[in-house]
Amino acid sequence: MLNSKLKLNPNLFEDNLEERPIRDGFGEGLKKAGEENENIVALTADLTESTRMEEFAKKFPERFFQVGVAEQNLAVVAAGLGVSGKTPFISSYAIFSPGRNWEQIRTTIAYNDSNVKIAGHHAGISTGADGATHQATEDIALMRSMPNMKIIVPCDAIEAEKATLAVSKIWGPAYLRFSRNKTPIITTSETPFFPCRADIFWQPPSKKKKPEAVVIVCGFLLYSVLIVAKELSEKQGIEIMVINNHTVKPMDEKTIIEAVKKCGAVVTVEDHQVFGGMGSAVAEILAREFPAPIEFVGIKDVFGESGSPSELLNKYGLGVQNIREAVKKVIKRKK
Amino acid sequence: MPDLYEEKLKFLEETANKIRQAIVETLVEAGSGHSAGSLGMADIFTAFYFHILNHDPINPAWSERDRLILSNGHICPVLYATMAYAGYFPIEELKTLRKINSRLQGHPCRFSLPGVETTSGPLGCGLGQAIGMALAAKLDNKKHWVYCLMSDGEHNEGNVWESAMFAAKHRLNNLIAVVDRNNIQISGFTEEVMPLEPLKEKYEAFGWHVKEIDGHNFEQIVDAVNEAKAIYEKPSVIISHTIPGKGVSFMERNYLWHGKPPTKEEAEKALKELRTLKGKIECEN
Repeated sequence: MLNSKLKLNPNLFEDNLEERPIRDGFGEGLKKAGEENENIVALTADLTESTRMEEFAKKFPERFFQVGVAEQNLAVVAAGLGVSGKTPFISSYAIFSPGRNWEQIRTTIAYNDSNVKIAGHHAGISTGADGATHQATEDIALMRSMPNMKIIVPCDAIEAEKATLAVSKIWGPAYLRFSRNKTPIITTSETPFFPCRADIFWQPPSKKKKPEAVVIVCGFLLYSVLIVAKELSEKQGIEIMVINNHTVKPMDEKTIIEAVKKCGAVVTVEDHQVFGGMGSAVAEILAREFPAPIEFVGIKDVFGESGSPSELLNKYGLGVQNIREAVKKVIKRKK
Repeated sequence: MPDLYEEKLKFLEETANKIRQAIVETLVEAGSGHSAGSLGMADIFTAFYFHILNHDPINPAWSERDRLILSNGHICPVLYATMAYAGYFPIEELKTLRKINSRLQGHPCRFSLPGVETTSGPLGCGLGQAIGMALAAKLDNKKHWVYCLMSDGEHNEGNVWESAMFAAKHRLNNLIAVVDRNNIQISGFTEEVMPLEPLKEKYEAFGWHVKEIDGHNFEQIVDAVNEAKAIYEKPSVIISHTIPGKGVSFMERNYLWHGKPPTKEEAEKALKELRTLKGKIECEN
C-alpha cells in the first residue's frame, strides 16, 4: 500500500488524476529560489519558454541571460558566475546540456567546483515525436561518472519544484533531469523531500506480509511502477516495495541496502539507457554490499525514434507490462 | 595604474628575464611541458603581475582584486614562475611542477593553488569564464577588471566565438582579452593548420575594440591596457604579437618547441643565453 506518512496525492489511482509537465515545477522552483536569494541567476541557450525560465526572466530581467544557441558558452559563462558569488541555473535540452557541452561542464564547473545547477530538459525516450536526436538517454551516465556532480531526477512537477529549491541552497554543481510531457502528479506539497534520501512510496500493508521484490525507480515512471505494485497486490497477492530514488548521486545506499535485504530481489526502472544509468549505480552498490538478483528496465543499447511517449515507452520496453514482467522474473530468479 | 618610468621599465625587463630563466629551470626539472608559449608570454605576464594588476599575493582571495584568467592553461610554467616571483608562493616550489602531490598541476587547477582564478587546459573556455566573472562584477557594482589571456591557436575552438558574440552583446567594458599572437600551434604554423587572419577584422566584426601591439614592449602593453580601460561601450582585445620561445635563440619561432621541454644540455645553453641577455641590459643601462 502507499506509504501514508508521505502524504501522497490522494487521487493517485483515480480517473481524475492531475497531470503536469515536470519542467513546470522547475520554473516555479527557480522563481521561488530567485525570490529567496538575490544571487540566483539564470541562463538559457535559446530555450527560455520550453525550459520554463520565462517567469524568472520576467521577474528578474537583470539576472537572466540569454546565451543564444551556444551550449558550450552556456556552461562556461555560468562557471565564471558560479565562482564569483552567484548561483547560476543553466537550462537547455539534456541532449545539448550536458550532451554537447560535457567537457566544459567537467572542466569549468565540476573540476572548478563552480556553484552551477544544470537543468537538462526533454530527457529520455518519452520526449517523443522529435525523434532520437532529441531524446537524451545517456545523460545520467555522462553526469554520474563526473566527480563533484550531484544528480536529481524528480518524479513529478511538485517534486521538481522542491528539488530546484533544494539545490539552490546546497553548495556545488548539480544536475537536474526533467522529462518533457505531462505526467501524473504523485506527491503533494506536504510530501517530504530531502536530497540524497530515497523514500519508500509503496510497501506491504502489514509487517506480517513480506515483500518479494523491491522496485527502485527515478523520474515519472514511478507512476507506472505504483500501478504495477497495486495490481500485483490486489489481483495476485504479490507484495513488493517501491522506492522513489530521485537522487541518483550521491545515492541513499542505506535505504536501498536495507530494502534489498528485506526483499532479496531488485528491479530498477528508468527512462535512460541501462548502461551507466541509475540501475547500474544500484548494481554497483549491491555487488559490493549485498548481491541479489536484479532486472533492469531501461533502454537496451538502442536509439529511439519518433512516436507518442506511450508508444515509445511500450515499444522500447519501459511500459507497465514490462515492469510487471521484470518483477515476476526477478522473483522467480530468487528460487 | 601609474605610467612606466625608466627605473620601473628596467625592473620589468630584469624580472621578465628572471621569469624566463625560471621557466627553463622548471621545465627541465618537470621533464615535460610547453616551452615556446611560456617564454613568449613572459613579458606580458610580468607587465600584468608587476604593474597592471590590482592584486594582493598575501591575500589571493581579496574580493576587489582584478581577475586574470589564463585560458590556454598549457603555458602555466609562465603563470607559475610569475606568481612565484610576485610572492604567491616560494620560488623553490616551482621545482614540483607536474610532480605527484604538487600544487603546480600540469595544467592549472583552481583548487590546488591560491591565486589561480580558474582551472584551464582544454582550450576555448577561458573567455566565457572571464565573461561570467565580468557579468558578476557588473551585477555587484564592483570596479575590478577582468583580464583573459588566450592563445591564437585556441581560436580554432568554436566556443571562443560564442563567447566573443556574448561579450559584445552585453557590452562588457570591464573585460579585456589579450591574444598571444605567436603564429604557432602544436602541429605547425597557425595559418597552415587553420588560418585565423584577418584576426583584427574578425574581432572588430564581432563588436570588439581591437589594439595590436608588440607583446615584448612593456610601454605598448601598458598603453594598450590603458586605452582598453577607456573604451566604455564594448569589450576590448589586445592582439599581442610575440615570438614563441623568446629569449632562447634555438627555440624562437619554431613550432616544434610548442609542447616539449628542453633537455638538460639544451636548458644549460638556454640559461646561458638568458643570463648574457641580462648582462647586456645592465651594460646598456
